[in-house]
Amino acid sequence: MSFVTSFRRNYQQGRISGVLLLGLGILFAIVLFSAIGPMFVDAVNAQVGAVRPRKPPGPEYFLGTDSQGRDMWTLLIYATPNTLKMGLIAGFIGVGVGTALGLIAGHFGGIIDAIIRVISDALLTVPAIAILVIIAGNIDRMNTVIMALVVASLGWMFTTRTVRAQVLTIREKSYVEVARVNGESQWEILFTEIMPNLMPYIVASFVGTVSGSILAVIGLEALGLGALDEMTLGNTIYWSQQSSAVLRGYWWWWGPPIVVIALIFIGLFLTSVGFDRFANPKLARR
Amino acid sequence: MSRELARYLLTRFGQLLLIVFVAVSINFIIPRLLPGDPVQTALARLQATGGAQNVDIQAVSAAYRAKYGLDAPILEQYLNYWLDLFRLDLGVSFANFPEKVSTMIGNALPWSVSLLAVATLIAFATGSLLGARLAWPTAGRGIKAFVPLMMILTSIPFYLLAIILIYFFAVVLKWFPPAGGVDTTRIMRFDWATTEDILKHAFLPCLAIILGNIGFWALGMRSQMVSVLGEDYITFAEAKGLHPRRIFVWYGMRNALLAQVTALALSLGSVVSGAVLVEVIFNYPGLGSLLYVAIRGQDYFVIQGVVLMLIVSLAVLLFLVDLIYPLLDPRIRR
Repeated sequence: MSFVTSFRRNYQQGRISGVLLLGLGILFAIVLFSAIGPMFVDAVNAQVGAVRPRKPPGPEYFLGTDSQGRDMWTLLIYATPNTLKMGLIAGFIGVGVGTALGLIAGHFGGIIDAIIRVISDALLTVPAIAILVIIAGNIDRMNTVIMALVVASLGWMFTTRTVRAQVLTIREKSYVEVARVNGESQWEILFTEIMPNLMPYIVASFVGTVSGSILAVIGLEALGLGALDEMTLGNTIYWSQQSSAVLRGYWWWWGPPIVVIALIFIGLFLTSVGFDRFANPKLARR
Repeated sequence: MSRELARYLLTRFGQLLLIVFVAVSINFIIPRLLPGDPVQTALARLQATGGAQNVDIQAVSAAYRAKYGLDAPILEQYLNYWLDLFRLDLGVSFANFPEKVSTMIGNALPWSVSLLAVATLIAFATGSLLGARLAWPTAGRGIKAFVPLMMILTSIPFYLLAIILIYFFAVVLKWFPPAGGVDTTRIMRFDWATTEDILKHAFLPCLAIILGNIGFWALGMRSQMVSVLGEDYITFAEAKGLHPRRIFVWYGMRNALLAQVTALALSLGSVVSGAVLVEVIFNYPGLGSLLYVAIRGQDYFVIQGVVLMLIVSLAVLLFLVDLIYPLLDPRIRR
């Protein structure tokens, strides 16, 4: 049971913290909820007009129904995985592109570095929603994959920055120097010597990027720029806003998606704080 | 002014110009990169929804084409785009034809700026104070209990917090109005009643932005303070027998605030993004709501104008933060 022993050692040394475990636990619960939920409910109940509209939570409808006649509980079960999916796709692409650009910028330096740095710095300061609105507003048929791509287009800058900074410190280390003297090529050094040492940073920024992507996705959807015919948490918020659900007191309509969204973000936040300690042992000692 | 300072300011100014240039170019390129004719799409949608029955479609179409100069070579279109921007000509709205986009933005801007400025300043000041206090060794258990609460507040998007605030304070308790910037039946005057009405309407959106940001500042300040407190000059100040409060403010907070100002600059983008959504949820008459209505109505020039406004104003704000920075950090001045 090497995994258990190494886990226990890491835990005792304070590298795996309660914070990390709590965060991963919350995320695991949400993933489990969206994985096995569909087995117990009928997707038909999430269609418009499937059930009696505007019913508060009760024995018949566990979380009530919206004014279009959709069962909220069913809707929530199908919406959560869609939102998570967009966040994950955008996170993967964002971190992939960000890592590649960061490695290239840090390792090769010079004019390539300058170009990548200037573009990522400029984009970092621009309010994401502004550019996303322009892109999303110009796409006629939106679906979850395009949505993820749109969001990923602005999700790489932070990874690029961190990875670049790390490459700059690692490339001065003696083992990289040894590899260079041994005649390894630039790309070999990059992928076999430098990149493996960056994995903790890449994982940590993956969590951050997924979180930022979900934030951007929900923001765009709340503005009505998402794939409106798909079931997602952001769209649920949008439709409840459109029907003035808050003013009319239908708290069961906007409440549950907000709770799920909040849980996703809390889970991701705790995980990323936990990973920071993992990646940076100095923090663990404090 | 030393040469280093001049160089610093020049680089920052160059950055400002670069961001504006990139933003304007993106605004120009993206609609042209994507398939379909935005004029046709927008007008077709407008007709289909019957959203513009009183609008002369021909006149709108002509204005649109003239503005776009779609027949001209792409480079000429691009240059014209810049020329128009310099004349503050952002085109016309076609949901409210022939109202100018620049006028609409001019009406919305004061609401957004005042809301965002007040909320951000309050969040920054209270958050930083709280964070500094949290890092100080004498902080009691009561104040330490804030940390988990802060973490939770920071991680939830604050426009969702806004919905919850509306429900409790406007719908259930009825203490504050649920939406709008001012009572629509009110004749705007410079008197106390009008001011009170405006403040009442601004309170909840302001609170949503403050609650959503305060944790960010507190946590940032806390970690800055912790590392500042480990510095030798703090130990030296203690050895000199200075009053703890003096050490706290002048040796601790002053230095920790430097990094906070940089963080302020970096986070303004997300603050603005979030504030746009808060305005939408409160139907507050600022840029966010203007953008939302424009998106709903496919009001093309208005969308572009607001987005451009957001980017440029943010770039200017960042530049201002950079200008203030040397005043705080003497190392740059030298």
